[in-house]
Amino acid sequence: MNNGAWEPVIGLEMHVELDTQTKMFCGCAVTKGDAPNVHTCPVCLAHPGALPVVNRRAVEYAARIALALDCTVQARNIFHRKNYFYPDLPKAYQISQYDEPLATDGSFEYWVDGELLRCRINRVHMEEDAAKLIHAGGDAGRIAGSDSSMVDFNRGGTPLIEIVTEPDIPSPEAAREFLQQLRNLVVELGVSECNMEEGQIRWDANISVRPQGSEELGTRTELKNMNSFRYLQQALDAEIPRQIGVLEAGGTIDLETLHFDPDTGTTTPLRSKEEAHDYRYFPEPDLVPLEIDPVWVEGLRATQPELPAARVERFIADYGLSRADAGVLGSSGALAGFYEEVVAAGAGAKPAANWTMGEYLAHLNAAGLEAGHGHVTAERLARLVKLVEDGTVSTSAAKEVFARMIEDRAEPEATIEKHGLGQISDTAELEAIVAEVVAANPAQVEQYRGGKQQVIGFFVGQVMKASGGRANPQVVNDLLRRALDA
Amino acid sequence: MNSDRRRAIERGTGDAPLRGLDPLRLTARDAKRLLVDGEISSAELTKVYLDQIAAVESKVRAYILHTPDNAAKYSTKVDREMQAMRGPLAGLPIAVKDNMVTEGVTTTCASKMLHNYQPVYTATAVRQVWEDHVVMLGKTNLDEFAMGSSTENSAYQVTANPWDLSTVPGGSSGGSAAAVAAGEALWALGSDTGGSIRQPAALCGIVGMKPTYGAVSRYGLIAFASSLDQIGPLTRSVYDCALLLQHLVGHDPRDATSVELPEPVALPTAERLDGLRVGVPSEYLAVGIEPGVRARFDETLARIEELGGACVEISLPHTEYALPAYYIIAPAEASANLARFDGVRYGYRCADPVDLLDLYERTRGEGFGPEVKRRIMIGTYALSAGYYDAYYGRAQKVRTLVRRDFDEAFAGVDLIASPTTPTVAFKAGSRTSDPLAMYMSDICTIPANLAGLPALSIPCGLSDGLPVGFQLIGPAFSENRLLEAAHALEGAIGFDTAPTFRGARRERDANGWRADWPAPPGPITFSPEDAQS
Repeated sequence: MNNGAWEPVIGLEMHVELDTQTKMFCGCAVTKGDAPNVHTCPVCLAHPGALPVVNRRAVEYAARIALALDCTVQARNIFHRKNYFYPDLPKAYQISQYDEPLATDGSFEYWVDGELLRCRINRVHMEEDAAKLIHAGGDAGRIAGSDSSMVDFNRGGTPLIEIVTEPDIPSPEAAREFLQQLRNLVVELGVSECNMEEGQIRWDANISVRPQGSEELGTRTELKNMNSFRYLQQALDAEIPRQIGVLEAGGTIDLETLHFDPDTGTTTPLRSKEEAHDYRYFPEPDLVPLEIDPVWVEGLRATQPELPAARVERFIADYGLSRADAGVLGSSGALAGFYEEVVAAGAGAKPAANWTMGEYLAHLNAAGLEAGHGHVTAERLARLVKLVEDGTVSTSAAKEVFARMIEDRAEPEATIEKHGLGQISDTAELEAIVAEVVAANPAQVEQYRGGKQQVIGFFVGQVMKASGGRANPQVVNDLLRRALDA
Repeated sequence: MNSDRRRAIERGTGDAPLRGLDPLRLTARDAKRLLVDGEISSAELTKVYLDQIAAVESKVRAYILHTPDNAAKYSTKVDREMQAMRGPLAGLPIAVKDNMVTEGVTTTCASKMLHNYQPVYTATAVRQVWEDHVVMLGKTNLDEFAMGSSTENSAYQVTANPWDLSTVPGGSSGGSAAAVAAGEALWALGSDTGGSIRQPAALCGIVGMKPTYGAVSRYGLIAFASSLDQIGPLTRSVYDCALLLQHLVGHDPRDATSVELPEPVALPTAERLDGLRVGVPSEYLAVGIEPGVRARFDETLARIEELGGACVEISLPHTEYALPAYYIIAPAEASANLARFDGVRYGYRCADPVDLLDLYERTRGEGFGPEVKRRIMIGTYALSAGYYDAYYGRAQKVRTLVRRDFDEAFAGVDLIASPTTPTVAFKAGSRTSDPLAMYMSDICTIPANLAGLPALSIPCGLSDGLPVGFQLIGPAFSENRLLEAAHALEGAIGFDTAPTFRGARRERDANGWRADWPAPPGPITFSPEDAQS
């Protein structure tokens, strides 16, 4: 198998539940974690005679996503019925959109290894989520082997957005980056928390391979309903060589839906095209065409929050950051917000960037926390940065101060005081150490006095070591020269 | 004293005016006046109808569900609290087609599928009249899920036409039409998808109106074909029709397709038709109108001219495609609308399903009757991949053309007239084995549904002792023009015959009807506090 002769082509379809207060077509609350079936009504239980009414806020949220993806929001929207029977779909049709979706023709730029890639967005459309099935008895909540199934209609009817890309994504890693950055975007728009464990964002991937440099698309397979970035990449990493293997052996790829088993790391067929549903889409007669006023859309555009791409540019311009640093800090709203708070609290832009990307991010990763929810506030970090700048604490000691600030949930000043981590600039105290070091190293003294000036570095290191890293390097330098030149 | 009222009161032989009230002739307008004048109480008025139900219901079987205890209790409450409850409809008894959900009152849609269904809310149109303190007498029979033109497709019972018990009352609002015609209700609510108010009104000799699509909320109307369904009144006079319609219309925030009428519904007063231009589409007269119906129709056109109107022949060239288009669109929408009846949440569920597919197949196989299944299959087929464009897509194009026909016609005329149905009431069982013959019953009424236009039927005489209906169709939102014209025409026609309950009921047996039809739920009582106060 020669992977190098083939290139993968990946397209994604994402579903995002919107954090509106009420459901897509009725007034029931959208919540998580409440007792089953308490947020239901004749509409979302599909009682006879009940009718849907479009949630205006859901349209706004969907349009905000569409605008952030640089899509054209269509003035005329049609809802369709997508028909299929399943107990989680009480009407036995999902109200969705088909050939006249909310928005089309967009694009999304995302970074992979410092390189900016662009993916075209085919469409963004609105629909309603299904209810939640709970399989009781048997094995781990799966339908196979369960004794009975129950339906919780609380989730049924939650506003859902489908985002469909063009097949522009060149690698599994890029697919993962795309999703992570798109998720960040949606979170920053304030329209969904995209909580992965609660399934607020889930996606399907379409994958095919073709000879390197070919313009034609190969036959694709579909990986369904994933909600872990890691599994997505693993699944694609498994599927690509499988397809290449089939093609190089002279076989053909079947258009089919695959299931990825993370335990075995392999993909297996779920259903083939022949078994695919005929959804019998037709225009939803209970809803009139949704006319979207372009003026309203422009109003939304004007009130969009700052999006990552624009923010990265601003960080470069305003803070003098490198593109790489601005990319790290600017692509996540929470981290960017934290960074800007540190700067606003008085820290220098560059040291603040280094601290935020370095110690702070490491702390978040280690503790599994979101930016802004770490155990050091922006204001305290800013104070620590300033204490380094004014020489109260050395850079190396400051890292220990940071660690102890987390342990003690303490102020930087109190931490330095408590653990004696402050920089020693007191000449009398340092003179004693310098004298000791000079006395203990006669050979190096000879070298220095013989003209080998660079040996001064050795002495500084020794003094720093003896002071536990707290000696003020500038003062030490001065004292050493005075002692050695005498 | 108004002549209707005098007739109604004087016909009786008893010494009190109450005993003389003739439920076969009393209009809501007069009943209301008697109530307001204190000549009769709501309880007494309600008893007139409960007594008539007791007397003739075994022959007619217009109701699936009687609510006599509630009616008696609630009418007494209206009397007691008359001051607080003084509304334009307070205390007037009404019958409601059993495809409108009524909280706490079993609503079956004449289907085994909903034999035990207790709605948790009330349809907007019903709620609006309840809030006006009408007294509900019960829920009336219909073709299962409103699919039919004879009410023979009810899972529970056949309703007979009070004019001749061996004939059908029409459908699907046959129970409501028969109840009003038989004096078992002062007036009634029905629904019209392809003629389901107008056709039974015509066959039962009463007034029935389908308002402009969107004028009346569909919230709580069990959907048959969402883009065609409309709730409307079945009454004994055009005035009553307007009076009831006033309380049905209005934008409902729960129905996205509902709209506010551009002007309020006015109570009609017209006696002349001066200057009114009435178009008579030649295509409607080419569909096998039987001679007796044609004769009454032509006489009525002459009356229009006598009243100062002008009748002109017009063309609605796409009429012949309306029926086939309707029988694609309506079943297509129905196939999705009826998919929710899956045995999971409410209604009928098959015994001991072994798995999900078995649950679906047997619940729906056992719960739906043959006509409903036929239409679900037609609709599912019409929407299937590869057939959509040929069927549903083309039917929608026809619909646009039918609508355009009307637009062009209304550039030259104010209203359009036709017979409501090609024939008078036909014999029970005579068309049940021939769906196409049955579908032809609606040939004159379907185009107005496809175009969303208001249309009404008024009685214009008898043929072979059976009523003939005269249909008027107006442009969208021309309810007041329609009602004024119909009112003037009604006065000139002077239709004043009551049904005689002659003939014998034909029960469902030898005509291939199912032997295992479930029994109707039967009279139940419910607390007026729960349901109506």
